[in-house]
Amino acid sequence: MAGKSEGAERKESFITVSGREIERVYGPDAIAELDHAQDLGEPGEYPYTRGIHPTMYRGRLWTMRQFAGFGTAEESNARYRFLLEHGQTGLSVAFDFPTLLGYDSDHPRAEGEVGKLGVAIDTLADMEILFQGIPLDRVSTSMTINAPAAILWAMYVAVGEKQGVPRDRLTGTIQNDILKEYMAQKTFVFPPRPSMRLVTDTFAFGAREVPRWNTISISGYHIREAGATAVQELAFTLANGREYVRAGIEAGLRVDEFAPRLSFFFNSHVDFFEEIAKFRAARRIWARQMREHFGAKDPRSWMLRFHTQTAGCSLTAQQPENNIVRTALEALAAVLGGTQSLHTNSMDEAMALPSEDAVRIALRTQQLIAEESGVVNTVDPLGGSYFVEALTCQLEQEALAYFEKIDRLGGVIPAIEMGFFQREIADAAYRYQRRVEAGELTVVGVNRYTGGPATPIRLLRVGPESQRRQLERLARVRRERDELTVRHALRRVREVARGRENLMYPILEAVQAYATLGEIMGVLREEFGEYREEAIF
Amino acid sequence: MDLIPRLLAGESPALARAITLVENQHPDARELVARLYPHTGQARVIGITGPPGVGKSTLTDQLAVRFRQEGMPVGVVAVDPTSPFTGGAILGDRLRMTRAAGDPGVFIRSLATRGQLGGLSRATGDVIKLMDAAGRRLILLETVGTGQAEIDVMNYAHTTVVVAAPGLGDEIQAIKAGIMEIGDVFVVNKADREGADRTVAELEMMLDMAPDRGGDAWKPRVLRTVARDGTGVDEVLREVKAHWGHLEQAGRLQVWRRRQAEFELAGMVRSLAAARLLEWAHQTGVWAEVRDRVVERSLDPCAGAELLLREYREAFGRRAAKSPGTAGRRGEV
Amino acid sequence: MSDIIRVLVAKPGLDSHDRGAKVVARAYRDAGMEVVYTGLHQTPEQVVEAAVQEDVDVVAISILSGAHDVLVPRIVNLLRERGRGDVLVLVGGVVPEEDIPALEQAGVARVFGPGSRLEEIVEFTRRCVRGQG
Repeated sequence: MAGKSEGAERKESFITVSGREIERVYGPDAIAELDHAQDLGEPGEYPYTRGIHPTMYRGRLWTMRQFAGFGTAEESNARYRFLLEHGQTGLSVAFDFPTLLGYDSDHPRAEGEVGKLGVAIDTLADMEILFQGIPLDRVSTSMTINAPAAILWAMYVAVGEKQGVPRDRLTGTIQNDILKEYMAQKTFVFPPRPSMRLVTDTFAFGAREVPRWNTISISGYHIREAGATAVQELAFTLANGREYVRAGIEAGLRVDEFAPRLSFFFNSHVDFFEEIAKFRAARRIWARQMREHFGAKDPRSWMLRFHTQTAGCSLTAQQPENNIVRTALEALAAVLGGTQSLHTNSMDEAMALPSEDAVRIALRTQQLIAEESGVVNTVDPLGGSYFVEALTCQLEQEALAYFEKIDRLGGVIPAIEMGFFQREIADAAYRYQRRVEAGELTVVGVNRYTGGPATPIRLLRVGPESQRRQLERLARVRRERDELTVRHALRRVREVARGRENLMYPILEAVQAYATLGEIMGVLREEFGEYREEAIF
Repeated sequence: MDLIPRLLAGESPALARAITLVENQHPDARELVARLYPHTGQARVIGITGPPGVGKSTLTDQLAVRFRQEGMPVGVVAVDPTSPFTGGAILGDRLRMTRAAGDPGVFIRSLATRGQLGGLSRATGDVIKLMDAAGRRLILLETVGTGQAEIDVMNYAHTTVVVAAPGLGDEIQAIKAGIMEIGDVFVVNKADREGADRTVAELEMMLDMAPDRGGDAWKPRVLRTVARDGTGVDEVLREVKAHWGHLEQAGRLQVWRRRQAEFELAGMVRSLAAARLLEWAHQTGVWAEVRDRVVERSLDPCAGAELLLREYREAFGRRAAKSPGTAGRRGEV
Repeated sequence: MSDIIRVLVAKPGLDSHDRGAKVVARAYRDAGMEVVYTGLHQTPEQVVEAAVQEDVDVVAISILSGAHDVLVPRIVNLLRERGRGDVLVLVGGVVPEEDIPALEQAGVARVFGPGSRLEEIVEFTRRCVRGQG
């Protein structure tokens, strides 16, 4: 019987999770065009392909930052203290949907949603409790908030002041990336143009008042979670980055005044090498764009600093323990890709809010990579790999082709209004699902190696009790605050919204007067209008 | 047919179910439409047409809201294409009508073309009648918007609004080629975009060059809107109403009604006559005979069709002569 | 005469994750069904009004916000009040195992959790709708 010929392979083609075809082997030919000095450089040097610091993790490990928040401010505060006690080095706040969309907990649309998938914040009183006993001059805080970012940030600044921490000592990040909301995450409130004004107002306020704060975290994470491929995540995120830089310049800021405070946030999916190449390509593209296209002079403007979260969409409800392994691989890719901070998903996140046990394992995964695996001992250990360098170049080229396409459509905002990104992402999501169902892509425990005993997972639930307590506190704040001051402050917000002054200042006054999130957003909704998504399929 | 009193009372579920019956060509559908027909003829129908991506649905949404504010019960018929490959469809217009969709006083029905060309669904005429009978005094009819000439809409709509937008390039050509003549109101939507002036100018020029519609004929104007935020929509509303005023003068409405009746009548004759003829030909075997002669090349298809028609006339000519009252009785059913 | 199955893909609640809803909508379309998508952030009243007007056979609810316990039973009850208790109600998204019996009790035909196959969803839908006729 004739055996398989020597060249036979198991499959006709080998593809990444993004559908990219991978060759059998890569050699010098694959990187013949690569110029070491121009395209790679040394770590800590332009174009930063190998990392933004010369010493990378030999100097300082990445920040281990687990996204958390649920129920009331008290419950979330307890979780933060738990995480800090277990060695976490930064906080990351998850808000509930009403907060993300700028509704108070007592709004009719908030029913059933309060505290469910994040913490409910209505007023400064909630924020004070959220950070009780946590010194804001020593912990950096990342807040995943977009449409109402200016308001939540103002609350944070106000809490800092109450704790006696001056603004210039506060460190952290607000996500504040509204463009990707229109593309993928969809928690927008206002139309794109007034939204961009809010963003540039925070840039200016940050540059003047809170210089160590990252005023935006330009996020590919959600674009990827919505179904985009690796290159779409890369291209759309950086295209958004370019749009923010343009907006900042148009608002009258000097590029080097705000560009060093721009930060990024990527997804780390399960396809190991493609992800590593994506992170490396991102740094190179950004450095070149900032220096060559926008004429930035400060090297800090050229450096792409990023947070990474392992891919929530790669987790499975089936055989949830497997998620620990997936997350470990994804976290490793992020570290080999040179991330500045990292969130590792908990194994039960495909089902509900993570339990404490699951969060601990997720955090331990990072600690294990940092302390045991040895991958941190040298900078960019995969640099020079034929495969990784070729893939890095490929992703860069493809991302640039997307930039051209977006420019032809008139820029990011017109392309959003035409539904370009939404369609690209939905197409990719559907293609992926079809590939999984056709068996072209394997998902262990879902379309192969299924079965085995089901593991009961203890889920954390947020009960109606939390909602009740939140509503009580909101009612009390409304009762006890000085109505006259609130009304005056809201009037100021409205006036400034109509004009051109920086909105951060009147918003800060309003939160200090204990105006609610919903009240301030209500004024802005009236002035700016609300965005409705029109083109989708 | 307990649907009928409920539909006449304006109940949404009854109207919705009646539309389904008509769409699916359910056996009861003909009788349903026949019995409701005397209750129709009250509604104003506004057609909205234009190339894809110009914002037809958003404009429709804005118009619906304004007619509601005047207290009118509104019906919206929005047509989307059926996939020729799978027979399925994603009906996305409703999604873009979020302002009106929140109001139960606006009845929105999404239809798929189900193979019909011309930008509408086969059931469109009947769906309009059902909405009309259910008391929807104002009906907005939005075509597919494939970019091809979608002229059927003018046969259902008292007023046809043609929507364009700047920056579409070739689509202006499509408007030029097909639908310039059918528009009573022209709208350049997304007028805050670059190139709006040019699009308006081009449309105005094309209107100027169009054949004169006669001395006191309606003169279409080109209006600007930003439907997304409502800018200019009131002006469209005024123009539509002005067109009604015009239609109501000098017996024009009667002319329109006659034309509309002729269109539907002719359409029904075509489909019924063809269906009867084919059924007869199949049953009698004449079909196979003629087909084989076409296959043998002894008859060309056109001559074959004529032969079929002749045979049919002969077979029925005798019977029709014997019982001249057939047609009259049928009408009384 | 072939009656085409009509489906309303609904996204009630405040969560904005529409990946699943869109993928399922396409799968239904490719299976020859007509799909109306409500868009994001719909109230139960809006969902039911759309279901009534569009005279759908199926309401496929996608929800990932955790508010299923409140919103889904409300949709089912409103459908009944409007005389459309016959509509097949399906739920997709993140629903903890222990919440499923309550939803089924309320009138949901089936909950499709993460990892469900599109083919399975389409087949189940077709079987239920055809079975009713």
